[in-house]
Amino acid sequence: METEQYLLSGIIFFVFSASAALVPAKKIRITAYLISLLGSLSFLFLGFYLTVAAPAVFHASSVTSMLEFALRGDALSGFFVIIISLVTLATSLYSIGFTRDLDRAGLIGFFYNILILSLYAVVLSANIFTFLISWETMAIASYLLVTMERTDNASRAGLFYAVMTHIGTAFIIALFFILYRATGKMDFDGMKAGIASMPVGVKSVVFVCALIGFGTKAGIIPLHTWIPRVYPVAPPHIAALMSGLMVKMGIYGMIRICMDVLGQGPEWWGITVIAIGAVSALLGILYAIIENELKLFLAYSSVENIGIILLGVGASMMFKSNGLYTLSAIALSASLFHVMNHAFFKGALFLGAGSIIRGTGMGNMEKMGGLLKRMPFTGLFFLAGSLSICALPPFNGFVSEWLTYQALLLGYQTPSITAKIVSPLGGAALALTGAIAAAGFVKAFGISFLGMPRTAEAREAREASPSMLIGMALLAVPCLLLGLFPGPALSTLLPAVFVVTGASTILEQHGILIIGQTSAALSPAFLLVTMVVLLVMALVFIRIIGRKRQTIYADSWDCGIPGLTPRMQYTATAFTKPLRIIYKRIYLPSRDLKVQYKAKPFFVKSIRYGSEITPFFERYLYEPITRLINIVAGKVKLLQSGNLQLYLGYILLTLIVLLIFGT
Amino acid sequence: MAYIQFLIIILFSPLVNGVIKKLKANMQGRIGPGVLQPYYDLLRLFKKDMVVSTVTSWIFKATPYIVFTATIAAAMIVPIVTTASAYGMMGDVIALIYLFALARFFMALAGLDAGTGFGGEGSSREMTVAILVEPMMMLALFTAAISAGSTNIARIAAASSAVYSPSHVLALSAFFVAIIAETGRVPVDNPDTHLELTMIHEGMILEYSGRYLALMEWAHYIKQMVLFTLAVDIFFPAGIIQAAGTSNIVAASMAYAGKMLVLALLMALVESTRAKVRFFRLPSILGGAFVLAFLSLVTHIMLGK
Repeated sequence: METEQYLLSGIIFFVFSASAALVPAKKIRITAYLISLLGSLSFLFLGFYLTVAAPAVFHASSVTSMLEFALRGDALSGFFVIIISLVTLATSLYSIGFTRDLDRAGLIGFFYNILILSLYAVVLSANIFTFLISWETMAIASYLLVTMERTDNASRAGLFYAVMTHIGTAFIIALFFILYRATGKMDFDGMKAGIASMPVGVKSVVFVCALIGFGTKAGIIPLHTWIPRVYPVAPPHIAALMSGLMVKMGIYGMIRICMDVLGQGPEWWGITVIAIGAVSALLGILYAIIENELKLFLAYSSVENIGIILLGVGASMMFKSNGLYTLSAIALSASLFHVMNHAFFKGALFLGAGSIIRGTGMGNMEKMGGLLKRMPFTGLFFLAGSLSICALPPFNGFVSEWLTYQALLLGYQTPSITAKIVSPLGGAALALTGAIAAAGFVKAFGISFLGMPRTAEAREAREASPSMLIGMALLAVPCLLLGLFPGPALSTLLPAVFVVTGASTILEQHGILIIGQTSAALSPAFLLVTMVVLLVMALVFIRIIGRKRQTIYADSWDCGIPGLTPRMQYTATAFTKPLRIIYKRIYLPSRDLKVQYKAKPFFVKSIRYGSEITPFFERYLYEPITRLINIVAGKVKLLQSGNLQLYLGYILLTLIVLLIFGT
Repeated sequence: MAYIQFLIIILFSPLVNGVIKKLKANMQGRIGPGVLQPYYDLLRLFKKDMVVSTVTSWIFKATPYIVFTATIAAAMIVPIVTTASAYGMMGDVIALIYLFALARFFMALAGLDAGTGFGGEGSSREMTVAILVEPMMMLALFTAAISAGSTNIARIAAASSAVYSPSHVLALSAFFVAIIAETGRVPVDNPDTHLELTMIHEGMILEYSGRYLALMEWAHYIKQMVLFTLAVDIFFPAGIIQAAGTSNIVAASMAYAGKMLVLALLMALVESTRAKVRFFRLPSILGGAFVLAFLSLVTHIMLGK
């Protein structure tokens, strides 16, 4: 079978590349990444094949009938396989240039390939056993990649990540256990078939477990706390993989379990997911915008985008439980398309951040400025990513957010009043998120790339190497293409949507997006064409009317006092100061002002200003829980006194108990 | 006719601004410049030499064109005298809002590009005001979109009845506040000032001169008239030609001109009777408008009209 060949060759390529990466030689390091490219290509074909063909099952080996390692691919898996392939093609190319002078490049290359392979395995898992093995491999590989840099910061972040991800895994194991008990099946197909007899109450328990378990991986608020710790310490190309792909595994799990396996649920599921999506989107971007560290800023913005994706997923669930299957398909198309788009633009942005860090040796916006002149291509790709993530036409983020708006507005067609009110409010949350994101990316791009360089490093920044630029281009250019021509991508995800919702809907005809239910239509390509035509007309008009005029180059306006210095520019902190004041109930900022005087109160020697925001969830949710665990652990410690007699006593006690109850 | 009606906005938007200025002057007891003054200003700016800062990058030069073309594209979306707009079935209200967002994004970048304090300050404030306005405006539009069952502006205009429901009135009040904020008028921003403490929009475009400034100013006039048109399309569509035809085109144009005049009068009235408020008092004003928009939505769903 063709699919099996693609699958096998893909696996072989990645395994080969992983082992080759360990060889410490320059030529071989490059070759290893080229082999990864072949692996991604094989899987890309597999993905396309899965979206058009009937579900395929691949049995590898079985330990027992219960613990069978089996892969299975349907259209939903196929769609995720395509996304993983397209993004890893770009990151592998980028890695060739990026890992050149990296410490422990061999190990990073090894785990990089293992991580990709585990991502494929997660979406292709046929049963619980395979899924959990792949899920754990993914967690461990990413943990090791994060802690690769042997710093205190990295190992602390790594530990936090390991704890969080295993709390999530615990809930996933719990939900699988419940499903197994109810249906007696270990494979997803079997569970889906046997789900009908399951009572709604138990289904809801499974739903909540899935929400927590997969939500931890996806990074929904308040389970997002590992994301801002991990991404900043991870190497940028790994962060691109984690943010673009790995957190999407949480979304995949949610769709697979809550919508595919569990089928139709009560309405409050969908409304809960919409609410969580709205909160994650809003708080995610609010936390993002005040961060000046590029990678930290992007990390929080991932939380925001997961929220936007969940708005679509929630709407889809809500429609499905009301029996409105076509609308459910529209909403799911919107969110799956955003999954794809986010993988591209966030990948491009993280790789861009990596190039900046490589080119300047720093990651703080406050120390940059004027980089567009030193790194024109990185700047261009970063701008493309920024425009997409802010959902500005004609880029891809605009299309998926437009579809999400349409899906949420269709909420008025549901019979229930709650759904009618919640869904447009979700739309308002999306509008607010979009506006804050725009401000955030104006800051990120404007402060880093425009104006005057603020430090010597920024003045001396170097453009990224060709392979890194190609890697970024492979992610940034599709952002525009998917926006202009969303048709092919939307038709690729159509079968996946059909698998989950049992309905399909044509959203695109002759290059125009059309929602039949609202007769709303849109064509970003047409918008761009109009703008280009208008541009030509404007240029001709100016030529005719303006005739002879000169352009004089001079200094910026300095109010007549020459000598503007880079330090007089608006800073990133100042840019978001109004928001820190307006949303102070959310940020709970503390300020620290120290003034030293030569002669009080008029002659100031120095002023130090510091401002910090309160990490709300850490302080009021995580710290109490941690304290509680510490107290309990302190009590449990009494059992482990280190006294030999006590341990002998335990053994005696156990023996007696066994003798009494064991017989 | 339907396909070129956006030219009305391009050609007459400076006039609308001139009329507002004239009315404002009269209310304040001044004679004021003639209503055609904005045309003379634009013409003069197009013919002038430009000074461009050496600090700036290509973003600074691209921005006037992006802002100008995106704003005209938005003008092509709204129905003006007939509901068949240039974009026809693609006349989507969300696309219109996001085209403005695109223009704003680049304008804010251009503000940061020259590396001066004024530009950064203008950009920061403009984006902050947008954060406060956008959700409120969207929510008001959602109410209209839901009652029409579509986000297509022509459909909304066609579905809007002459009888005004409570939800419509609430949405309109919120939308009116949104227009004031989006066009940079008192009490949110002051269009007549170059005082660094108060300017928002003017701060962002402070580095521009010559034809670039002309494009930015013109785009601003067009944006203002597009928002006025959007308001009358959604809330007062009476008089608009529902299907393409030439029979009552004169009447429709007269009705449109009259509605623009009324809105200009309202703007002048608000600007003359209100004082500009402190920047950090804006959240309470705009937050109040958000509550209005929210109430309009709830009213619509509860009452069904």
